[in-house]
Amino acid sequence: MDHQLIVGLEVHVQLLTQSKLFSGCINRFNPDEPNSQTDPVTLGLPGTLPVLNRRAVDLSIRTGLALNCEIAPFTRWDRKQYYYPDLPKAYQISQYDLPIAADGWLEFVADEETGERRRVRLIRAHLEEDAGKNLHDDSGRGGESRVDLNRCGTPLLEIVTQPDLRSAADSRKFLEELRLLLSYLEVSDCNMQEGSLRCDANVNLKVTTDDGHEVATPIAEIKNLNSFRGVEAAIEYEEQRQLEEWQRTGLKMGDVGGEKETRGWDADRGITFSQRGKEEAADYRYFPDPDLPPLTVSAEWLEEVRATLCEPPADRRERLQAAWALSAYDASVIIDRGRRLADYFEEVARLCGDGKQAANWVTQEVLRIMNDRGIEIGDFPISAPVLGTLLERIVSDAITVRSARTVFADLLEQAEGSQPVTVDDVDRVIDAKGLRKVEDTGQLEAAADAVLARNAKIADDVRGGKTNAVGPLIGQVMKEVRGADARAVRELLLKKING
Amino acid sequence: MSLTRASTDELLQLLDSREVSAVEVATAFLDEIEARDEQIGAFLTVDRDGALTAARTADERRAAGESAGLLGGIPVAVKDLVCTRGLRTTCASRMLENFVPPYDAHVVRRLRDEGAVLLGKVNLDEFAMGSSTETSAFRRTVNPWNSEHSPGGSSGGSAAAIAAGLAPLSIGSDTGGSIRQPASFCGVVGLKPTYGRVSRYGLVAFASSLDQLGPLSRDVSGSARLLQVIAGHDPQDATCLNVPVPDWTGQLEQPLEGLKIGVVAEQFADGLDDEVAAAVRAAVEVYRGLGATVEEIELPHARHSVATYYLIAPCEASSNLARYDGVHYGHRAEQFDDMVDMYAASRGEAFGSEVKRRIMLGTWALSSGYYEAYYLKALKVRRLIRQDFDDAFRRVDLIAGPVTPTTAFRTGELTGDPLAMYLADIYTSIANLAGIPGISIPAGISQAGLPIGLQLLAPSLEEDRLLRAARMYERETNWHTRWPASL
Repeated sequence: MDHQLIVGLEVHVQLLTQSKLFSGCINRFNPDEPNSQTDPVTLGLPGTLPVLNRRAVDLSIRTGLALNCEIAPFTRWDRKQYYYPDLPKAYQISQYDLPIAADGWLEFVADEETGERRRVRLIRAHLEEDAGKNLHDDSGRGGESRVDLNRCGTPLLEIVTQPDLRSAADSRKFLEELRLLLSYLEVSDCNMQEGSLRCDANVNLKVTTDDGHEVATPIAEIKNLNSFRGVEAAIEYEEQRQLEEWQRTGLKMGDVGGEKETRGWDADRGITFSQRGKEEAADYRYFPDPDLPPLTVSAEWLEEVRATLCEPPADRRERLQAAWALSAYDASVIIDRGRRLADYFEEVARLCGDGKQAANWVTQEVLRIMNDRGIEIGDFPISAPVLGTLLERIVSDAITVRSARTVFADLLEQAEGSQPVTVDDVDRVIDAKGLRKVEDTGQLEAAADAVLARNAKIADDVRGGKTNAVGPLIGQVMKEVRGADARAVRELLLKKING
Repeated sequence: MSLTRASTDELLQLLDSREVSAVEVATAFLDEIEARDEQIGAFLTVDRDGALTAARTADERRAAGESAGLLGGIPVAVKDLVCTRGLRTTCASRMLENFVPPYDAHVVRRLRDEGAVLLGKVNLDEFAMGSSTETSAFRRTVNPWNSEHSPGGSSGGSAAAIAAGLAPLSIGSDTGGSIRQPASFCGVVGLKPTYGRVSRYGLVAFASSLDQLGPLSRDVSGSARLLQVIAGHDPQDATCLNVPVPDWTGQLEQPLEGLKIGVVAEQFADGLDDEVAAAVRAAVEVYRGLGATVEEIELPHARHSVATYYLIAPCEASSNLARYDGVHYGHRAEQFDDMVDMYAASRGEAFGSEVKRRIMLGTWALSSGYYEAYYLKALKVRRLIRQDFDDAFRRVDLIAGPVTPTTAFRTGELTGDPLAMYLADIYTSIANLAGIPGISIPAGISQAGLPIGLQLLAPSLEEDRLLRAARMYERETNWHTRWPASL
C-alpha cells in the first residue's frame, strides 16, 4: 500500500484599506478597544446600507493580476446568509458565482538548492467582508461571551487553490511565497498572528491499495491555521491521522460517513479535532445583494491597476542572482525581508557598482541594526544613496573596508544625534578622519625609509625569515601617513627589506 | 380658517407673511393630535418638544430675515420605519419597541435641513408588511372617513394623519403600493417616486429592490414640495440615482400639451368594484375634456405581478429581517437554552404572524433546490413586466387606472384571508416591480362615503409629468378638498 497526500488551501487576506469594504468606518487592527471601530453600517443597524469601497477592488484586481488570474469584467455581490453573533446583519456580503479573479497560478521554490519551482493553480479569488470576533470565557466557569465588531466589515480576499500541493512542507513554502508576493504588492500586511492572513487547508489522501486500486480518503478542512508552522504541522498530523483512519475503517470519500469534515487545529497539543458534524452541511441561501449594483471592471480600470504592479519576488530573487552575482542565499535574505529592502539593496548596488559588496553590507550591517532596533528599512537612518556612495569609495579604492566601517559607525552616531545624514557627509567624514587612501607614493616611500632606518634590527629579522616581524613597522608607517592602506604598506616594506 | 385644515401652500403663505408663527402651527397640530389621535390611532410617538424646538428655529430664521427652508415651519409626520436620531423607531414591531437610532435617515436629514417640523412617528403594518395597518404590534389606526374601515397600509398612519387633519404632510414608504393604497383609501395624495429617486439610507428595509420613500399630502402641490426636499443623490445609498432633480414645484401649474393617456382594459375586468371603475372612467374623461387622447394598451405580464411580487419581496425580507436576532439590539428572549434557542425564542416572541409568514416564504424560496424555480423565475417575470411598460410608454405618456379593486375594506375583513389581502396589490405592485413612479389622487367618494383614488403611472424619472398631470385633474375637480363628515 502506498499513499499520496493531496492539499488545497483557502487563504483569507485582509486588505490594507483605510476604511471598511462597505462603509467609511476606519479599518485597523485594534483588539484592545473592542467595538470602537464601528459605525451604524458596521453594526448592521436597521436602515443602514452598504456602499462599495473601490480601493478594495483596486487591491483585489492588483492581487488577481499578480496571481496570473483572469479579472472578471462583470461581477456582483451576493449575500451569504447564516446566523452567528459576530455577523450583525446575519449575512456576509461576498461573491458567489462571479469572483473578481479566477483561473490563476503561483509558483514557489520547492528546492532551494536547485531553485526548482512548482506551480499551484488557483481556482478563484473573491472579495468579501470579514466578520467580527466572538470572545468566549475560557475559564470554564460559564462566564459571558462577548462580541467585538472592530474586524467586522474589513475587506477580505479569499484565494482558493486547486488541490495541487503534495506535502506539508510544500504547503508551507507555497503559503510563504504567497505571503511574500502579497506584501510586495502592498495589498496586505499579512500578519498571521493578527489574523490579516489566515489559512484553511483541505486535506486528504490518495491511497493505492496493494491490488493497485486508487481510492481517496474523506476530505478534512482544517480551519483557522494562524502560523506557517501550524500549517505545516497540522497537515503533517492530518496525513498520519487519515492514514490510520483509513487502515482502521477503510472509509472512502463519497461513502456514508465519508463526507467532508471541518476540523480545528490545537497548536498546544499538536492535533486536529472534529469541529462540525459532517451531516450539518449549511444552506447559505446565496442571492444577489439588492442593495449593491453589479460591478463592471472596464479595460481602463484594469490597465490603471496593472500599472501599479511590481516585479514578483520570485522573479526578482532570480534576477538579483543573475544581475548582481549574488548567492541564492543572499538573494533570498534580501528578497524575503520585503520589497523596500530589495529596493534599498538595488539602489546601493547600482550606486557602488558592486553587488557583492552591497549584499555584504545590506545583509550584515544594515539587517543587523534593523533587527537590533526592531525597525524596517524605511526607518533606517542611512539612506540608500548615502550607503551607495560610501561603498563606491571602497569599490573605487579611495578607502578601505575597515575605514568604511568607521565612517558608517560615525554616520549612525550622527543620525542618533538627530542630524539627518546626507550624501555629502560621506566624504566629509572620510576627510575629517583622514581615512582617504594615500596615493602619493613618494610620501609613503619616505616614511618607510625613515622607519626602516630607525629599526635596522627588525629589518634584519625579517630578512632572516621572520616575515611577521614586519607588523610593528607597518603600524609606525601608518602612524606617519594616515589613510595608508596596510596591505600596500606591508608590501612596500617587504620589498624594501628584501631588496 | 383652521390651521389644521390648511394645505401646505396655504400654511407657507401664512408663515412667510408672518401672520402666524411656526410655533403656532406646530402647536395647532400637536393639540389636534392630543385631542383626536386617541380615536384615529395614527401616531406611535409624538415628539412635542422636538417639534416646538424646530418650529422656534424656523421662526427665528424668518425673524432674522433668513430663509427658513423649503418647508420652513411645516409639520411633517414620518412613518415609523424611518430612522430618527434619538427618537424611538419601532417599525410597529415588538422587536424594535425600544430601539432608538443613533442616526437620522437621509430623508430626515433633508427634512431638518429644509426647516420641517417633525411631529412624530406614525403607525404602519409591522415592518411595512401588510395592506391595512392591522399587523402593527401597537395600535389600530382607523380610516378617518369611517372608523369601522381600514386606512389601508402599510403607510396607514401616514395617510390617516393627513385625512384627519393631524399633519399637512407625511412620509410613507411604498414596496408594493404602501403609499398609494392608503392614500386612495383615505382620500389624500400619495406618490411613489422612481426607484432610486429618494435615498433609502435610514429606511428600515423590507424588500430592498422595491422599497421607495415618498410623500403624502392633502393636494398635489404638497407632495411636489415634499418630494422636492427628499429627492436627490445620496452617496450612502448605492442604488440612489445620481441624476438632476427638476424644479417640480415651479413647473407644477403648467399643463401638459398633447397628453396621451393609456388605459389597460384588463384592469377593468373581473374583481374591480363598479363604483371604483366608474370613478376612474370619469377621471379619464376629465383628461379627454382637457385635450388628452386616450388609448387602450396592454400589459401582458401584469397578471403575474402579485405572484412575482410575493416571491421577490418575501425573499428579500427574509434576508433583511435576519439581523433582528436579539444579539446586538432589539428584543431578546429571557428564557432560552442555548444560542440557537436564543435566536428562535427572540424572533418567535417578537415578530407578528404576517412577518413570520413572509420570512418563512422567503427563506423557503431562497433555499437550495428552490432558488431557480422561484426566485430566479420571479426575476425573469419582473424583467418581462418592465419590458411591458417600456413598450407601453412608447405609445402613451401616462397610464391611468384604479389604485385598488375596492374602496377601504372593513377592519378585520381580510385578516383571515392573507391571499385576498395580497391580491388587492394587483394594480400597485407592478410599479414597484418596474421601478416606475406612480401617484394616487382623490377621484371620488363612494355611496358608502369612502374615498376612491385614481392611479397615474409614468416612465422612470418622469415625476414631473406625473405631478403636472395630477395637478391638471385636481384643478378640474374638488375631491381633494373634501373632509370626512365626522370632522
